Amino acid sequence: MPGPFPYSGMDDDRRELLALLAEDARQSTADLARQTGMDEDAVEDAVDALEAEGVIRGYQAVVDWEAVDEERVEANVELNVELDRETSYEDIAGRIAKFPEVETLKLVSGDYDFALEVAGESMRQVSFFVSERIAPIPEVTQTVTHYVMTTYKDRGIEFREGDDDDRLSVSP
Amino acid sequence: MRTSSLAEDIPPSGIRKYFELAEEEDDVISLGVGEPDFSAPWTARRAAIDSLEAGKTSYTTNRGKRELREAISEHVTRYGHEYDPDSEILVTTGVSEGVDVAMRALVNPGEKVAIADPSYLSYGPTAELAGGEPLPVPTSADEEFRLTYDALERAGADEASLLVLCYPNNPTGATMDERHLREVADFCREHDLRVLSDEVYAALTYGGEHDSIATLPGMRERTVVFNGFSKAYAMTGLRLGYAMGPSDAIDAMNRIHQYVMLSAPTTAQYAAIEALESCDDQVEEMTAAYNRRRNFVLSRFEEMGVECFEAKGAFYVFPECPTDDAERFAEELVQEEGVAVVPGKVFGEAGEGHLRVSYASGMDELREALDRFERHVNRITA
Repeated sequence: MPGPFPYSGMDDDRRELLALLAEDARQSTADLARQTGMDEDAVEDAVDALEAEGVIRGYQAVVDWEAVDEERVEANVELNVELDRETSYEDIAGRIAKFPEVETLKLVSGDYDFALEVAGESMRQVSFFVSERIAPIPEVTQTVTHYVMTTYKDRGIEFREGDDDDRLSVSP
Repeated sequence: MRTSSLAEDIPPSGIRKYFELAEEEDDVISLGVGEPDFSAPWTARRAAIDSLEAGKTSYTTNRGKRELREAISEHVTRYGHEYDPDSEILVTTGVSEGVDVAMRALVNPGEKVAIADPSYLSYGPTAELAGGEPLPVPTSADEEFRLTYDALERAGADEASLLVLCYPNNPTGATMDERHLREVADFCREHDLRVLSDEVYAALTYGGEHDSIATLPGMRERTVVFNGFSKAYAMTGLRLGYAMGPSDAIDAMNRIHQYVMLSAPTTAQYAAIEALESCDDQVEEMTAAYNRRRNFVLSRFEEMGVECFEAKGAFYVFPECPTDDAERFAEELVQEEGVAVVPGKVFGEAGEGHLRVSYASGMDELREALDRFERHVNRITA
């Protein structure tokens, strides 16, 4: 079904689709088409291309684990490493990223090199993972582990009761 | 208590009925709201809070804080305006107050005030309170609800002393670019009309730039432009707007403003300074979100076979009512499907047969509301 409005340029469409999907990845192709003025086939093709090119790496729910009756411990881990002639940041990152316990891994500026988010079922499990799996990597010189005590906001979404819409139901 | 005949003569707002209908039902999704669903940008709210913590709770000068007038003067250059912060800008308690004091400052008893129809509700009553006689100038779906030279002529607007226009328009979402404004400006110069141009939705213009009639040749000296923080910055409840025009008009307005208002709310002025200084990105984000919803709503109406011109401004679309009786349609839609819209006639005779549909709601609400709308249309037209 063609959308009624002309749109200009592939780049704008792709940017617009990314903005929409980054906001809510569960929207239907039809709704993406309606909001952008693209037709549905064009939306499908553009999203396929974004996925194939590795621009879109996945779609996940933002979960407030504290609201779930399940043991889950998260920690932010700061990592210092020492590079040698044969080893780059990329090499080390490649090894660390393989562990499923590591949810995010970023190279950062400042006092340490890598910032990790690690999750496990208990503090013991996370501690064990850091001390037995991460720390022994030859290039790693130091780890500092911060256990997450509570999460207020994740990926742009605040974890609290939504504000009621207190606008008048009909106004001029 | 005995009340004045002036007050008695003010007709009740036509919107009230639809508010009451919506209030009677549970689980209503309202597409009848004339204000943003966003909150004001956090930095602007923070500035208001900081000003309160610092004890900034006194009056400001009548015309508004100079720092704010300077920021406004700078801000409006993006629309091609140049106004002197000292003598040509008045900060008001919303555009509503600005329009009221402008009517009183510019209209003599018995003078006709031409008003593009349909339009926001306050222009007629404020013109009357100032002793003027409102003269509706009908616009039509054929012209995408733009004001035209012909429409002004047909309505006898050459006898008016003042013209009120509001583009981007509430309730239609219509916009007028320079090409269209030029003929209106020609008419105003030829017949010596002064203009009140309510541009409070200027920032919410999609797929093009907002043009102001005041920037056309020979118009600055006969135009007062109104803008404010309610729509672009989602600050309706803070009640802050401004008027810009030739110093004699602004002086006259200020003479009334100083007695009826003294000064616009101080806390809101602090928020507004911050809004102008640091909130362009948020306005851009909100505008992008409105534009996506606008596309969505227009697409849905097209799928339903409901006629609707492509409104390019504000956060309204103005579809033709699928049945003959728009008032009844709106009533049944809220009672049977729990979706509130406002019949166009509430905003003037020329709105007859249309519905004002606001898309200042989240996508989830819009999706559900339009599904219900479609169900209702299918049922009654089956």
